[in-house]
Amino acid sequence: MRYSVFSLLGQALAGNTGWKPAWRDAAPQPRYDVIVVGGGGHGLATAYYLARTHGIANVAVLERGWIGGGNVGRNTTIVRSNYLLPGNIPLYELSMQLWEGLEQDINYNAMVSQRGVLNLYHSDGQRDAYARRGNAMRLHGIDAELLDREGVRRLYPFLNFDQARFPIQGGLLQRRGGTVRHDAVAWGYARAASDRGVDIVQNCAVTGFLREGGRITGVETTRGTIRAPKVALAVAGSSSQVAAMAGLRLPIESHVLQAFVSEGLKPIIPGVITFGAGHFYISQSDKGGLVFGGDIDGYNSYAQRGNLPVVEDVCEGGMALMPAIGRARMLRSWGGIMDMSMDGSPIIDRTPLDGLYLNAGWCYGGFKATPGSGAVFAHLIARDEPHPAATALTLGRFAAGRVVDEKGQGAQPNLH
Amino acid sequence: MRIPCPYCGPRDSSEFAYLGDAAPRRPADGDAEAMATYVYLRDNPAGPMDELWYHAQGCRSWLVVSRDTRDHAVSGARLAAGASA
Ligand SMILES: Cc1cc2nc3c(=O)[nH]c(=O)nc-3n(C[C@H](O)[C@H](O)[C@H](O)COP(=O)(O)OP(=O)(O)OC[C@H]3O[C@@H](n4cnc5c(N)ncnc54)[C@H](O)[C@@H]3O)c2cc1C
Ligand SMILES: [Zn+2]
Repeated sequence: MRYSVFSLLGQALAGNTGWKPAWRDAAPQPRYDVIVVGGGGHGLATAYYLARTHGIANVAVLERGWIGGGNVGRNTTIVRSNYLLPGNIPLYELSMQLWEGLEQDINYNAMVSQRGVLNLYHSDGQRDAYARRGNAMRLHGIDAELLDREGVRRLYPFLNFDQARFPIQGGLLQRRGGTVRHDAVAWGYARAASDRGVDIVQNCAVTGFLREGGRITGVETTRGTIRAPKVALAVAGSSSQVAAMAGLRLPIESHVLQAFVSEGLKPIIPGVITFGAGHFYISQSDKGGLVFGGDIDGYNSYAQRGNLPVVEDVCEGGMALMPAIGRARMLRSWGGIMDMSMDGSPIIDRTPLDGLYLNAGWCYGGFKATPGSGAVFAHLIARDEPHPAATALTLGRFAAGRVVDEKGQGAQPNLH
Repeated sequence: MRIPCPYCGPRDSSEFAYLGDAAPRRPADGDAEAMATYVYLRDNPAGPMDELWYHAQGCRSWLVVSRDTRDHAVSGARLAAGASA
C-alpha cells in the first residue's frame, strides 16, 4: 500500500479501518542468498539497499527481539556529517545525502528535520579546533559555519553566555544537520525492504554459525538452521558476543549510554545544541519533550541501564548551559549498549572467514550513519569490495596502525 | 555502583577511573602481531569480568575489580600491584 495524502484522506473517511500491516512478519525459510543478523537500523537499511541497489532480494533479516527494540529505538535522533578525518567524512556525508532523499525513496514519513546542529566552543583552543573541523568539512563540500558569540546569541538568546567558568565564545553550525524520528527509520526501512521481498524474521536469535572449512555457510538460530553463502553481522552492542560464536575477537568494548526526556513543553529549542565544556547535548522533539544526553557511563556494560553519577553529570551540564532547564521535570531515562571501538570509528569489512561480513563499532554515533552504513555494507556484501565512501574503515586498520581516531584518544574505548 | 577498595572501604564508583579488562598481558618480546592483539582485541564478556580501576580520588591505588557486566554487581576488589603478572 502506497502512502500519500489520498490514502490518508481515504482512511480518515473510512475510520482508519483499512490500514494494512507495514511489513510482513515472515517465518524463516531454510535458505537465502544473504542473511543479515540484527534488525536494527543498520541491518534493515542493509537489506533494503541489497534489494534496491543490487537486486538481491532473497534476503532475511534475523532479529533476536523485535525490530526497533535496540539502539535504533533508543538513540537521541541526531543526524549530522560534521566529522574531521578523511576516513570518516565521505561516509557520514553520503548518509546525510541519503537522509535528504529518504522519505521519497522509501515512501515513509521519517520526520527528517534539518533544524541545524550547533557545537558550542568556550575557549580559544576549542575555537581553533572547530575552525579546523569546519574547514575539513568545507573541503569535502559539506556546509559548516563558524559563529561568533553574537552569531550564537541570535539563534539561542536564552543560553548562559556569561557562565563564570565556561562562557560561550561561539559555535560551529551545520545547518543541514538535525533530527530524524528514530522508530520511523526502523519501520520505514522494514516496510520498504519487505515490499521488495526481504523476509523480516523477529524473535529469531542467532546462536551459532555453520562452517565448511574457513567458510561460513549459514547460522543456527532459535528458529532452526538457516543457510546462506553470505552472512552479514549488524548487531551493534552485541557485536563481540556474536563474533565470538564464529571464533573472532574484535577491537570493541560494550558500554552503556543513557538518554533523558523531559515532560512536554511548548517549543523552546529550535535546533540541536551541544555544550562544549562538559558533555551535554539537547534538542526538542516534535511532541515537546526535551531530549538530552551526555557521556557514556564509562565501564563495560551489557545492562541496558546506567547509574546515577552520569545522570547527575548530564543534568549539571544542562544547568550550566541553559539554566531554564531546571524548571522542567524529567519524565524518563533509559540506556542502550554501545559497540565502542578502539579508535572510535566503525568497522565495515569482510572478516577472516569467507562469507562473513562485519558492520560494527558505531559507538554512540551510529544512528546518523544508518542510511550510509546500509548502502556501503550492501555494496560490500554484493560486490565483495568496499564502497568508495568506506575504504578506511577496515578491520585490519588496527594491527596496521592506520586507525581513524577522530578524538586522538588512543586505544581506550571509554574515552572516544 | 560501589567499589570495595581494600584501603578505603566501599566507595562510590565515580571516585575511580576505569581502564578496562585486566586480562590482557603485555607481550614481552615485542612481536608486532602479539602487540596488536594486546592493544586492540578484547573478549568483551557479558558476565563476570576482572577489570582495572584506579582510585583517583582516594588512595590512588590500581585495583582489580570483579564485576558482572550484565547487572554491574561488584563481587570483590584487590590491589593490582602484586596481582599475577
Ligand atoms: C542513548 C543513546 C543515544 C544515542 N544517540 C545517538 C544520536 O543522537 N545520534 C547518533 O547518530 N547515534 C546515536 N546513538 C547510537 C546509535 O543508536 C547506534 O550506533 C545505532 O543505532 C546502532 O545500529 P543499529 O540501529 O543497527 O543497532 P540496534 O538497533 O541495536 O540493532 C542491533 C540489533 O541486533 C540484534 N541482535 C543482537 N544479537 C543478536 C543475535 N544473536 N541474533 C539476532 N539479533 C541480534 C539486537 O536485538 C538489535 O535489535 C545513541 C545510542 C544510545 C543508546
Ligand atoms: Zn582506595
